[in-house]
Amino acid sequence: MMNVPDDLLYTESHEWIKREGENIRVGITDHAQAELTDVVFVEVPKAGREANAREAIAVVESVKAASDIYAPVKGTVVQGNDALTQNPSLVNTDPFGEGWLFVLKIANEDDLKNLKDAAAYRQQIG
Amino acid sequence: MVPFGGWLMPVQYSSITDEHRAVRNALGIFDISHMGQFIASGNAAPDWLNTMLTNNVTKLGPRQGQYTFLLNERGGIIDDLILYRIADAEFLLVVNASKIEEDLAWLEKDRPKTVELRNRSADYGAVAIQGPRAREFFRAWIDAETEPPARNVIADSPMFGSTISIARTGYTGEDGFEVFFPATIAAQVWQSALSAGAQFGMKPCGLGARDTLRLEMCYPLNGSDLSSNRNPLEAGLGFFVDLQKPHFTGRETLVETKTNGARERLVAFKMSGKGPPPRPHYSVFNNGARVGEITSGTLSPSLNIGIGMAYVSAASAKVGTPLEVEIRGQRFPATIEKKPLFKKS
Repeated sequence: MMNVPDDLLYTESHEWIKREGENIRVGITDHAQAELTDVVFVEVPKAGREANAREAIAVVESVKAASDIYAPVKGTVVQGNDALTQNPSLVNTDPFGEGWLFVLKIANEDDLKNLKDAAAYRQQIG
Repeated sequence: MVPFGGWLMPVQYSSITDEHRAVRNALGIFDISHMGQFIASGNAAPDWLNTMLTNNVTKLGPRQGQYTFLLNERGGIIDDLILYRIADAEFLLVVNASKIEEDLAWLEKDRPKTVELRNRSADYGAVAIQGPRAREFFRAWIDAETEPPARNVIADSPMFGSTISIARTGYTGEDGFEVFFPATIAAQVWQSALSAGAQFGMKPCGLGARDTLRLEMCYPLNGSDLSSNRNPLEAGLGFFVDLQKPHFTGRETLVETKTNGARERLVAFKMSGKGPPPRPHYSVFNNGARVGEITSGTLSPSLNIGIGMAYVSAASAKVGTPLEVEIRGQRFPATIEKKPLFKKS
């Protein structure tokens, strides 16, 4: 059974979201990394980039394919995880920890209400 | 699981990289039951096949196999396949899953009444067993006293009250076998091969590793590197075309390509440094000008660098030519390399 931590929020497209004050930290779920298989390249957004909800702002590439990663809500990038340039496999080995992708300053607090809780995401991935 | 040629197939059992390494260093087993199998028989079969396929059927001794192409009238590739001479006037054709119907329709069009053509695809399964420990495996699985068939040769062996055919062929660049058997014993064959292979480090492998292994060797994949708009000479596979034969379908176009040179050629390339892996359909540039498009690309698990194949204009197709690959609006350097991209040290 895939790990789906209770204290995170989730998107339909398999990003996890962790609230950190007025920011959110974003990565891809354990389920997503298992589906993608061996991650070999990650492209993270630069600080200052503005993004709308569901806009593609990062790319995770496995041996198999390239996958877009989306901004869960509207916001401005605070930081991308540059450690992934040297060590993209952190997305596989520690998806909810060292494998995080970017930190976003959220534009509207209310947008978080559109995200799934752990129970709803668990149901989605069956 | 992913749809592939009308079948649902696993991309991986454990991890593409692990499975790839198992085949390069020990042994892997692939379920290739999706592949099509035809039997052509009758005294006129050799001559007829020689007019339908590019390689020279008369060069096949008993039980030998050859890689060959089925072409359309314009020399374009309908399918690439292995033709085995299983008896003097009886042949096994192993074709791509997605092309079974198209191949059959094309072959039926010109089939003489004295040749029988039978599609046994649904009734037969197949596995590929590949890796440097394949010979040891054969002796453990089949017979400790018998040498396995020589390269490109197919041999029969009794198993589970039936007969299996074992060919010394593959799609990985490693030593190994492709084994054909009635579907009724498919599960038993798979299980018994896995248990006999355990002591040699055998791993079940999916489509993902099959693709990275064949791409390191620059073996083409029909539908990606080959298509009805490309001929075998453009793909750099003239070795499997016998232009000395007076007639075969598509010959005129190939003679013309041979005389005038191909407009575009399928080249192998390696990325120059760390960066995103190359993928099919990315554009390729030389000196700032777009010269072609990638047909296959991945990160090579053996070389740990991006590799691929692309059709590029003939002027930019020489080994050593610097290329740039455009990935999401950015260009990354690459170089055209000799095939294969991976050589065992």
